[in-house]
Amino acid sequence: MSKAPVTDIRWNDKTAIVDAAGEIDLHQSAVLQQQLLDVLDQKPDRMIINLANVSYMDSSGVASLVKLLSRTRKNGISLALAAPTKKVRAIFEITRLDSVFEIFDTEQEALA
Amino acid sequence: MGKKNRFCGGVYVSDKYNAALKMKEPSEQVLQLSICSDPKGLHDVREQVERFVLDVGMGDEDCSNVVLAVDEALTNVIRHAYDGKPDQPIDITVVPMDGELSVIVRDYGKVADRSKIHSRDLDDVRPGGLGVHIMQQCMDSVEYLPAPEGGGTILVMTKNIQ
Repeated sequence: MSKAPVTDIRWNDKTAIVDAAGEIDLHQSAVLQQQLLDVLDQKPDRMIINLANVSYMDSSGVASLVKLLSRTRKNGISLALAAPTKKVRAIFEITRLDSVFEIFDTEQEALA
Repeated sequence: MGKKNRFCGGVYVSDKYNAALKMKEPSEQVLQLSICSDPKGLHDVREQVERFVLDVGMGDEDCSNVVLAVDEALTNVIRHAYDGKPDQPIDITVVPMDGELSVIVRDYGKVADRSKIHSRDLDDVRPGGLGVHIMQQCMDSVEYLPAPEGGGTILVMTKNIQ
């Protein structure tokens, strides 16, 4: 168990499922980014970020995920976002990044 | 009497904001916050703005948009006007009037070059530079006013109250 915003990292074979939580704003985004990049260093084949418990995200949080996406693409790793709340999904729609990220309604769908 | 909150040694002003908005009479219902440029304070600002905006009758979705726009405005001020220094003053005023909500964010840092403040190409997928676009999407109008006395920038955003 790590400290927020990443609250847990679970492994399903070579897939890292990362649970994020809380409010991802300018205060938390740098921490989130570093925690996610640390998971990437463990060389998963796939990463799923479960956003179900993220109650708020602004452009700082989105930027952290874009940075992660860039790194996963360079390393041939698949990245998916799962279970965003309506409010969190909205910021991806506003920034049109909903067509750039793989976003699934549930973690199960992301794993399928 | 408007609500007034002071988190730390910011500057409490109201008249110049009213002048900037060319308000005839300030509403009795005004939220005024003077905060420091510390990202740790963003949560409290969001909470207070959300409570206030719901109180004036905005729906949940519009309220979320206003809160996000304020957050993005403050993030820009902290990162660009104050280069991340956490102890600089920012004043926030939220005023409902004539069916419209106005949000004014005043900083005293580096003056923003208004000609360079614009939404970027979203097809260029990269971190950063999304704040202005988000503000423009969330609000009906976003305008940077010329730097007043004392330096800094005034950002005025408006949104119709449905």
